[in-house]
Amino acid sequence: MPTGLLRTFLLLVCLIGTARAELDPAVVDGLGASDFQRRVVAIEALALAGEAGAAVVAAIEAGEFGAYAGRAVVVRGGAVMDLSSGETIDAAAADVALLRLNNRLRRALATAKAGIALQAGSDAERLAAARTLLGDASEALLPLFERVLEHEEVDAIRDVVLQAAARVELASPDAARRLQAVTRLGASADPAVIPMLRPFVSRDATGQWIEPDPAVRGIAEASIGAIERRVAFARQAATVFSGLSLGSILLLAALGLAITFGVMGVINMAHGELLMVGAYATFVVQGLFRMHLPGWFDWYVVAAIPAAFLAAAAVGMLMERSVLRFLYGRPLESLLATWGLSLVLIQTARVTFGPQNLELANPSWMSGSVELIPGLALPWNRIVILGFAVFVLALIWLTLQKTRLGLFVRAVTQNRPMAGCVGVPTARVDTLAFAIGAGVAGLGGLALSQIANVGPAMGQGYIVDSFMVVVLGGVGQLAGAVWAAFGLGVVAKFLEGWGGAVIAKILVLVFIIAFIQKRPQGLFALKGRAAD
Amino acid sequence: MQTRRTFIKALALSASIAAIGVPLGAHAAETIKVGILHSLSGTMAISETALKNVALMTIEEINAAGGVMGKQLEPVVVDPASDWPLFAERARQLLAQDKVAVVFGCWTSVSRKSVLPVFSELNGLLFYPVQYEGEELEKNVFYTGAAPNQQAIPAVEYLMSDEGGGAKRYFLLGTDYVYPRTTNKILRAFLKSKGVADKDIEEVYTPFGHSDYQTIVANIKRFAAGGKTAVISTINGDSNVPFYRELGNAGLAATDVPVVAFSVGEEELRGVDTKPLVGHLAAWNYFMSLENPQNTAFVAKYRAWAKANGVPNADSVVTNDPMEATYVGIHMWKQAVEKAGTTDVDAVIGAMGGQTFQAPSGFTLTMDPTNHHLHKPVLIGEVRADGQFDVVWQTSEPIRAQPWSPFIEGNEARQGL
Repeated sequence: MPTGLLRTFLLLVCLIGTARAELDPAVVDGLGASDFQRRVVAIEALALAGEAGAAVVAAIEAGEFGAYAGRAVVVRGGAVMDLSSGETIDAAAADVALLRLNNRLRRALATAKAGIALQAGSDAERLAAARTLLGDASEALLPLFERVLEHEEVDAIRDVVLQAAARVELASPDAARRLQAVTRLGASADPAVIPMLRPFVSRDATGQWIEPDPAVRGIAEASIGAIERRVAFARQAATVFSGLSLGSILLLAALGLAITFGVMGVINMAHGELLMVGAYATFVVQGLFRMHLPGWFDWYVVAAIPAAFLAAAAVGMLMERSVLRFLYGRPLESLLATWGLSLVLIQTARVTFGPQNLELANPSWMSGSVELIPGLALPWNRIVILGFAVFVLALIWLTLQKTRLGLFVRAVTQNRPMAGCVGVPTARVDTLAFAIGAGVAGLGGLALSQIANVGPAMGQGYIVDSFMVVVLGGVGQLAGAVWAAFGLGVVAKFLEGWGGAVIAKILVLVFIIAFIQKRPQGLFALKGRAAD
Repeated sequence: MQTRRTFIKALALSASIAAIGVPLGAHAAETIKVGILHSLSGTMAISETALKNVALMTIEEINAAGGVMGKQLEPVVVDPASDWPLFAERARQLLAQDKVAVVFGCWTSVSRKSVLPVFSELNGLLFYPVQYEGEELEKNVFYTGAAPNQQAIPAVEYLMSDEGGGAKRYFLLGTDYVYPRTTNKILRAFLKSKGVADKDIEEVYTPFGHSDYQTIVANIKRFAAGGKTAVISTINGDSNVPFYRELGNAGLAATDVPVVAFSVGEEELRGVDTKPLVGHLAAWNYFMSLENPQNTAFVAKYRAWAKANGVPNADSVVTNDPMEATYVGIHMWKQAVEKAGTTDVDAVIGAMGGQTFQAPSGFTLTMDPTNHHLHKPVLIGEVRADGQFDVVWQTSEPIRAQPWSPFIEGNEARQGL
């Protein structure tokens, strides 16, 4: 940081001198104006001012820029300097009205910086700058676009700049230029372009076409159609993805329950609190990383995987040994007992960590999004969680199907006395199976901590959803839970797009009630004598 | 339910006794009892616990300075457990059984509505410290939070101005209950009066505790393609975190689509990774980051109190708008009691009008003589990376409350209040 500041300072020192000559006097006037809008325009105009502009931008960002008696000044080290002449003015620093940054100014600064970077930055910087300017393309920036297009060689950047220039040239009085602009914009997938093209295919109040040239009108019509098709496709794809993402979250929340309730038949009302334990374990790991391994902070989530699993599994094992094992085959009592346990766990968390929600940061590799096709940006944290759900599912499937323990679990749940007869230690298998279910819930909690709130009562919000998934999928079935989770996710998202979040929630619940009426065994049912 | 209630009751009781160390068998004649009615468990505990804390701190402060009319104040803390009917039950207990002189409490509008009949029946006195939707004026209640014209309307005016980005389209997003619905009704009428067309206003609600904002954020993005857009959020409680997180990940920065929130303050931001929020706005009548002597003292006092009383995470406690309103309310009540010379409810109500107090917001707040609301300054702040706010706009002086919004039909006759 100090070197950065120093560099900025040195840059300023050398640039303020050269800035004088290069800055347009109109811009300097605007910067010192008391009218907010004039200032914004002046700041945006810095985009064309090259290095002299960069110096002013840096001063504004450092909070050193202000106005004194209608002049733009820079306050540095208690001295007040005129921006254009660089002379020290005889004025107290306290009398200068420093420019306070807000969103509007930050946006103007971003435009100015992008304009400067577009002419001088690296390939990646120029591309990012061009994208920034796309949203703010204005008449004033057209000379800049033209200048850039003269010598820019990277096609990707040229394309973006051409798009930006086309947006400005829509207003050109020359029909040929309008035609070219309208044609170019047809390649866009940005919904913001559609309202720009609308006037070209509309009539004004007197019934006259706003656009006099029929050729331009025709192309505009086609361009709007093309953009709308792209936008609609991106929208459908985004809905499917968000449905899958919601499904993966439902699945992670429900997988642990699919083992404890689905396979073992224990109605575990404390399942939500096992999610909470996993999330709190993640929080503890984050704290340890922040304190001891700040350099590796981005990877705390990975280290939290075993921690969350083990913590929740330990709590689960304790629950099973101390309470649940006395209640097998008595669903009512176990329902009450586990509910009591859930209250104990919530209150324990509240007393230990406080009632406040905890702050869990997304690691940088899980922040932001990736643009698959234009208009379809998928957030990284959701992609990672979708992958994680698949990973956990595979892990459980392998454990249940391919290990000796899995074989025992299946044997015990299908026919306990028979399994006991052939020498399976049923009590120990019960404990281990419950611990695995609890541990998987802990993994669910880890995933939820990256998306939702972490607080003592977080589990309460997921218990209904979890039971919904397991019951809909069919008790005793992992595959059922998978289909139910993803199916519910996608259906809920399409319903939400159609009728809003409240209606979607109601319809999903109504659908599940109707479905269970019709098919009490769920989507998939175990066949044979095992299913009783 | 019964098991849980009893359990919570027992816990709350032991907790409150432990927290305040009420001397058992205190001499009733020498103290004035003061009720504190805030949820210490359940979903609202996250917000209301801090109000209980600041109330206890203020009472200690008043006691240390000699009490009220020479008598010490004795706080009676009850826990309505975020359960609205239980609020009424607890309020009745405070008024009928504990005979408190005044109650400071409630957060959600629904909890306030559920205690109102009790207060008018038993002629109690309630100080309500949270910003709310208006459309109410009870003889037995003093409202120290903001009415819509002291928060929502100035915030929207700011968004419309050049300085605020000159928004042309408005996305009204809220949790589905009375406060957001009424506020949005007022805002819609206000926006229309400013010439905003219906097609440029979108109103969307989510259930309480909603955590999947993918579709809504995608809709905001699409809506914003139609012109300069601002989001006005009345999302309450926990849902704010997933909302802002989704917004950040979808690449909607505050410079593109600013979100102004009416229920997000310093306390709510404590449980949040603030990176995706930087630059988004909140409208309140007080921010912790204000620099003036009253606020510096207020913040320092609360920090010290939290540390001395073992509040969890005492190092990072924050102050916020409803806490300031609680603080102001208790002090104004004290002044009114001293003016009236008695704690009798009707006499105190009569003495409340015109009371002034030098508040931590840096302004001298006045209790309106007729409408039971405070005149309050309006501040708009931008979220900083440290979870505090930078004030980017403020009114030059406190604004009088309009509990009956002129933007709702049928309120024309009530504008004088």
